[in-house]
Amino acid sequence: MNTPVITDTMNKDFVLAVEGLTVSFDGFKAVNDLSFYVDENEIRVIIGPNGAGKTTVLDLICGRTKATTGSIKFKDQELTRMKEHEIVRAGVGRKFQNPSIYEDLTVFENLEISYPKGRSVVGALTFRRDAPVKERVQEIAEMIFLADQLDQRAEYLSHGQKQWLEIGMLLIQDPELLMLDEPVAGMSVSERKKTAELLHTIIKNRSVIVIEHDMKFVEDIAHKVTVLHQGKILSEGPMAKVQADPKVIEVYLGH
Amino acid sequence: MTKTGRTFFLRPQDMIGIAILAILLLVVLPLTLDNFRLQFVGKYLTYAFVALGLVLCWGYAGILSLGQGVFFGLGGYCMAMFLKLEASSVENTKIQTTPGIPDFMDWNQITQLPWFWEPFHHLGFTIIAVLVVPAIFAFVVGFAMFKRRVGGVYFAIITQALAAILTILIVGQQGYTGGINGITDLRTLNGWDIRTDSAKTILYFVCVGLLLASILLAYFVKSSKLGRILVAMRDKEDRVRFSGYDVSNFKVFVFCLAASLSAIGGAMFTLQVGFMSPSFVGIVPSIEMVIYTAVGGRLSILGAIYGTLLVNWAKTSFSESFPELWLFGLGGLFIAVVLTFPNGIAGLYQTYVAPRLGPLFGGAAKRSDATPPAPPSSGHAPAAAE
Ligand SMILES: Nc1ncnc2c1ncn2[C@@H]1O[C@H](COP(=O)(O)OP(=O)(O)O)[C@@H](O)[C@H]1O
Ligand SMILES: [Mg+2]
Repeated sequence: MNTPVITDTMNKDFVLAVEGLTVSFDGFKAVNDLSFYVDENEIRVIIGPNGAGKTTVLDLICGRTKATTGSIKFKDQELTRMKEHEIVRAGVGRKFQNPSIYEDLTVFENLEISYPKGRSVVGALTFRRDAPVKERVQEIAEMIFLADQLDQRAEYLSHGQKQWLEIGMLLIQDPELLMLDEPVAGMSVSERKKTAELLHTIIKNRSVIVIEHDMKFVEDIAHKVTVLHQGKILSEGPMAKVQADPKVIEVYLGH
Repeated sequence: MTKTGRTFFLRPQDMIGIAILAILLLVVLPLTLDNFRLQFVGKYLTYAFVALGLVLCWGYAGILSLGQGVFFGLGGYCMAMFLKLEASSVENTKIQTTPGIPDFMDWNQITQLPWFWEPFHHLGFTIIAVLVVPAIFAFVVGFAMFKRRVGGVYFAIITQALAAILTILIVGQQGYTGGINGITDLRTLNGWDIRTDSAKTILYFVCVGLLLASILLAYFVKSSKLGRILVAMRDKEDRVRFSGYDVSNFKVFVFCLAASLSAIGGAMFTLQVGFMSPSFVGIVPSIEMVIYTAVGGRLSILGAIYGTLLVNWAKTSFSESFPELWLFGLGGLFIAVVLTFPNGIAGLYQTYVAPRLGPLFGGAAKRSDATPPAPPSSGHAPAAAE
């Protein structure tokens, strides 16, 4: 809607260029002719009422859902034609809405599996837990406040710690584009603060797309906000502009 | 494996467990059982290869196959074809219309050895075929299914259908396969008579040796990162996929590995028992093998071996007195295991025995490393490959 008109040749400047993206579930268009662009090192927050299609947008970008039409370009690679693991290997990391971690494994093992080495069958069989791996796991564990829980089975972590662990599992892959689906949902106030702190450290040198409802949190981190409503962009721009947009107040912020 | 500098893949308690099993199978049972009973144990152990494969495939990776008899059978038939050809020398079969071909072919008016039997004149080829034919079959099935993301119950049903189809095929093509009777009257392996008591004892030890080697292989896979990826896939397949892994490749791999292990069991069955028939291929034996694994503990490599031995021992004793009740007993046992101790004998051991043994092993058993049995919460839904 308010997105600038951009031609294909200019896409190179963007880390992510979504154009005309539509997905239809049995005729219901959960995402409808959506276009938006994410810059290098930009933190983009997507907000919008429940069912607006926010999670579906992330599903489309990471290949979990196939687009009906439209294009998703990540640094000139067309993601709509790639398999999920290829998209990950290209540098796109995605955190799910509910913490998605391996409960039967330890925190260390959770992070180790996410370490971007030995991803083929043979590679996994011959993978060695050598010093660089251990150091990297330790480094990430410290960032996500779980250095003391490395040998603990992940199922015994608190909800907030599970969210951090999943964020850590993405960080260890060092993705160029990181997508987080409601990372602070269900967290206590103190956990929220720590998560905001964590996000501030991890967003360096990468682009981030965050879906979030907590407006204080959004204000705190967003460079630019995209408001989705019924699969379309209702408003886009800096937080102040979006917050002042009467359409946004009517469908979302007014509640 | 250890030369590469990785930490040794067996934990102290694993080594103790394997040593105890080895002593039991190599020393205690041969010394205490008569030949006849020892041959029974040897036969049971051939199913343990299948159970071992199921621990990796079903227990760790969450892929329930109800058709492992297919691979047991393919391995067994490959071996049987070699032995049958050796038993069907022109001299042995001179009374036939066409001497030099297996007797059942002659009875079915076949006058020339089918092309696919030809290579089974060679022992080397046969041994490779035992390992590779089932793996190729598993690869084709696994590739077709897992690339299409068929999993869980659907996969289980398809494997069951395969078991049924292969049985029908073998029974129907009796000129090429020996039909319902299977391939019988096997005599010698490269001239060595496998029917004598001494040969059977030697084959028992070969079987135990192969089983122990397979157990080591299973431990190696389990303790590698691949083993942990299997567990991770069982739990959160999408998370593994979105961590950059092509999940289907790992499923295909573990399914093929389980197939090859089953096939070794099948080949050893043929050698020790002296025949192979479709009754080891179909749905019922395939499900029985899943039950052995469940009873022993589908998450425990060693548990599955004990489960196989125990259920078969019970089957033999039970069916001697009440043959018609056995299937009910087996079904009841399965339900009891699933409902009351989902991690089988190994789970009971872990819960009640290991904590008391812990101090003996210098606390080694306390390490929560590698893959401890799944908690009860996930224990009830083994096939839930989401
Ligand atoms: N796989 C699917 N099949 C059918 N409908 C879906 C599917 N995924 C999402 N939807 C629908 O699309 C709409 C948007 O969902 P979602 O993206 O999860 O919203 P949000 O994350 O903004 O709350 C919802 O109405 C949801 O029911
Ligand atoms: Mg959502």
